[in-house]
Amino acid sequence: MAEQKTVLSPIPGVFYRKPAPDKDVYVKEGNTVKTGDVLAMVEVMKNFYEIKAETDGVLAQFFVEDEDLLDAGQEIAVIIEQ
Amino acid sequence: MIKVINPGLQTTIQDYGRIGFYEVGMPPSGAMDKYSYRASNLLVGNDENAAVLEITYMGPVLEFQQDVTVAIAGGEIPPKINDQYVPMWETLEVKAGDVLSFDFVKQGARVYLAVAGGIEVPLIMESRSTYTLCGIGGFEGRPLQAEDHLKIGNANQSKIAIGTRISDELIPVFSKTNEIRVVVGLCSYRLTEESKKRFFSIDWTVTTEANRVGYRFKGERLNFVEREQPFGAGSNPSNVVDLGYPIGSIQVPDGVEPIALLNDAVTGGGYATICTIISTDLDKMAQIKTNEKVRFVAVDINEALEARKLYKDKINQMKKQVLGQIGGINHG
Repeated sequence: MAEQKTVLSPIPGVFYRKPAPDKDVYVKEGNTVKTGDVLAMVEVMKNFYEIKAETDGVLAQFFVEDEDLLDAGQEIAVIIEQ
Repeated sequence: MIKVINPGLQTTIQDYGRIGFYEVGMPPSGAMDKYSYRASNLLVGNDENAAVLEITYMGPVLEFQQDVTVAIAGGEIPPKINDQYVPMWETLEVKAGDVLSFDFVKQGARVYLAVAGGIEVPLIMESRSTYTLCGIGGFEGRPLQAEDHLKIGNANQSKIAIGTRISDELIPVFSKTNEIRVVVGLCSYRLTEESKKRFFSIDWTVTTEANRVGYRFKGERLNFVEREQPFGAGSNPSNVVDLGYPIGSIQVPDGVEPIALLNDAVTGGGYATICTIISTDLDKMAQIKTNEKVRFVAVDINEALEARKLYKDKINQMKKQVLGQIGGINHG
């Protein structure tokens, strides 16, 4: 059976699924991702931190909405490993 | 040398601060949580003003290229040497080739990494602290980047036994809801009585704009007393004739989102400062994260001085514990 890997945000901040407001999302739910792919971005202290996939698989679901405020360690998505 | 493999989110070199230039507009910079900063330096036998790494939210990955004694103190960002967890608030030994990394932040916002001898960078206006807004001090005036190589200095005074620990009762615990003590003034007369009451009776949430310069809070709008605009003051009701801003002072531009000015903030300006965080609680402020809550509590100057006395007692106890161990038992 496929393993599920939860993606966490290491830092608090504003969650973004797009690299810029007029761009498309990094990843759509259901898309295949590879280790190192950027999944989302978190903004804090005027820094932008890219959240990257740490496993290969299918990004099954995001648990947070674009521009939501995150806590450090919050679960943001789940990847089903392949 | 220490090689930076990954810099973390914002890692800067800081010492006690660039003290004595405030009147010419130079903020002190320096470690934001001085208590944890002091603990880290003490545990490696450094001189009290030695430069350390201030790590915020997310730790760096560092490769040590020489054997050295280190200590990590502050909020809880669990450190690992070669992927094995190691304690904070304790004197540790690293060998050449060891890699120091950190787990996700568990509590607090900042940790301090001291190495015996201190981080060696040029003194700028008598300090090694990084002031990023001006691009001076620390490592080329900026946060660390991958591939930087940090030199270790000779700011150590004593040899501390590996395994020396700060006892639990002297280790601060950080929370997601915090009381921060303030002394009311200098321009609190500008707020309406109602707004003054509201300021002290609601929970303020730290926004994403919270860094070494200042912390911005979300809560509710505050209102100012109507007045005729004085000569030299801006037209907004939150403006006054320019004044020096105390470190830790809180202003409310336009009545929305109070800002606490911290170590890297502008030293003066024309916003009414309604209160000032007492010096001992600046350490606590530095450990509060975006999204966490703050309730401000008004104290008078005597209570502030009493708090400072207790704080100094704690530092002295810490010194006794650590320096009392010299030549003592090696707990490692």
